[in-house]
Amino acid sequence: MLRIEQVGKQFQNGFIALEEINLEVAQGEIVSLVGTSGCGKSTLLRIIAGLSLASVGAVYVDDELVTQPHSNVDLIFQEPRLMPWLTVRENVQFGLANVSPLEKNRRTQFILERVGLAQFAEALPRQLSGGMAQRVAIARALVTQPSILLLDEPFSALDAFIRMKLQDHLLDIWADDRPTLLLVTHDIEEALVLSDRVIVLRGTPGRIYQEFAIDLPRPRKRTDAHFQQWKERILNSLDLSLEQRLAVEA
Amino acid sequence: MANTLSYPLPRGASIRRFLRGASFKALAPWGVPVLLILVWQLLVQFGWISTRVLPSPLSVVQAGIELAKSGELFHHVKVSAWRAIAGFAIGGSIGFILGLLNGTFSLSERLLDTSVQMLRNIPHLAMIPLVILWFGIGEEAKIFLVSVGVLFPIYINTFHGIRTVDPGLLEMGKVYGLKPHELFGQIVLPSALPSILVGVRYALGIMWLTLIVAETIANDAGIGYMAMNAREFLQTDVVVFSILLYALLGKLADSIARWLEAKLLQWHPSYQEG
Ligand SMILES: Nc1ncnc2c1ncn2[C@@H]1O[C@H](COP(=O)(O)OP(=O)(O)O)[C@@H](O)[C@H]1O
Ligand SMILES: [Mg+2]
Repeated sequence: MLRIEQVGKQFQNGFIALEEINLEVAQGEIVSLVGTSGCGKSTLLRIIAGLSLASVGAVYVDDELVTQPHSNVDLIFQEPRLMPWLTVRENVQFGLANVSPLEKNRRTQFILERVGLAQFAEALPRQLSGGMAQRVAIARALVTQPSILLLDEPFSALDAFIRMKLQDHLLDIWADDRPTLLLVTHDIEEALVLSDRVIVLRGTPGRIYQEFAIDLPRPRKRTDAHFQQWKERILNSLDLSLEQRLAVEA
Repeated sequence: MANTLSYPLPRGASIRRFLRGASFKALAPWGVPVLLILVWQLLVQFGWISTRVLPSPLSVVQAGIELAKSGELFHHVKVSAWRAIAGFAIGGSIGFILGLLNGTFSLSERLLDTSVQMLRNIPHLAMIPLVILWFGIGEEAKIFLVSVGVLFPIYINTFHGIRTVDPGLLEMGKVYGLKPHELFGQIVLPSALPSILVGVRYALGIMWLTLIVAETIANDAGIGYMAMNAREFLQTDVVVFSILLYALLGKLADSIARWLEAKLLQWHPSYQEG
């Protein structure tokens, strides 16, 4: 479970990025944070991950106050951030400490099969495509069996077709252990395909502007009329300028 | 055999096939040097060049064989190699440690980097007179010069390698709770390795160059001594042989560095296998 209480962030240069963020995410819930670029989404994720400290307020993971990276929290970034000198297998095992060697191999093998990369276990990152590298990043995160997985625009560097495939794939793997997912995205369709709730951040400093519980049945179809209605609603909530809107809808 | 239709090959096809073949590709780079050596041999043999100026390739080889037989060659190479290795080890270690410190800690960078950069601008070979005053003309002077020459390329490339570690990877290490020494061993050092090895290769070049110059300081052993001594007795063939020996050893050091890179940097996108 994740609890964010009255979190605000002021950077050392005086810039206030976030204000009065209150959010509670239940175990196994999938929540998306959407908002225009620069409204503090990544900043919030970094605070939750313990990579940056909130200036005010507090973050609790499983009722523990977060002051440094928590072993139950894992993170996926826009870039796969694989160690280029480690093989796919070694990368997946990178964060897997405190596990017996036998268990380590078992879990690695399992997750590599889940992301469809078992035959690339000994490959080096430079031999992988962008989509494959991001699947390794997903495997590296999930192999630790985190209770919370934070994703910062995880698919935005990939082309549209692979992005859709990976969204479905993520949901499929998520169903194994059902960790809590908190996803930052500016792709509204991505938020709608994946999430139980969509949270709109707005303004400078960023605040939670609106929250939507998405009651669409799963699996969700992007072409569904209701799906498109939801998309319209969230776009309106973001209150984008015309150019921004064209960019998001593209 | 009966149904093997034998068309006559088009004219020149076998030559073309030979030019494309693997053995030709392997041998081709040696064609020009071999030709040059042949021409050189002939020029000397027909007296177009005096053996005082340039001995024939054959007599150079003979000189080499004789030096090898008498055991002199081995002795001098050993002395030179020792100077090179000792100087490289001392200067390389200092450069590496300074690079690590200044790359890792901004306090030590603030204290030391400017001084190192200032010293770097002194051509180390210009220090020879001073070095002789300090150390005399013995081994220390030569090893000192090699150390100084080697220190800076290793320092700069280690420093640069550490400074350019991808912060995203470091952050990944923090996500997984790595302690500072683990971050260093598992992320910083491997990231910096390509740059460090560039420094090593560059330093190896400087090592030989410095040694060649340093060995012209009064001497009683080493390849440089061999050359200087031969000059006194007008043994041009030994002089040329010594020069070739330096070239050969320099090439050897470079090959070792390349081999290390190929071995350690298979993962690196710019070191494609094959
Ligand atoms: N370390 C920092 N110091 C000062 N300002 C920062 C820092 N990191 C981010 N910012 C600013 O905070 C705002 C929010 O950044 P970020 O959380 O990355 O936005 P996004 O919603 O696009 O992920 C931006 O205006 C950014 O310039
Ligand atoms: Mg961001």
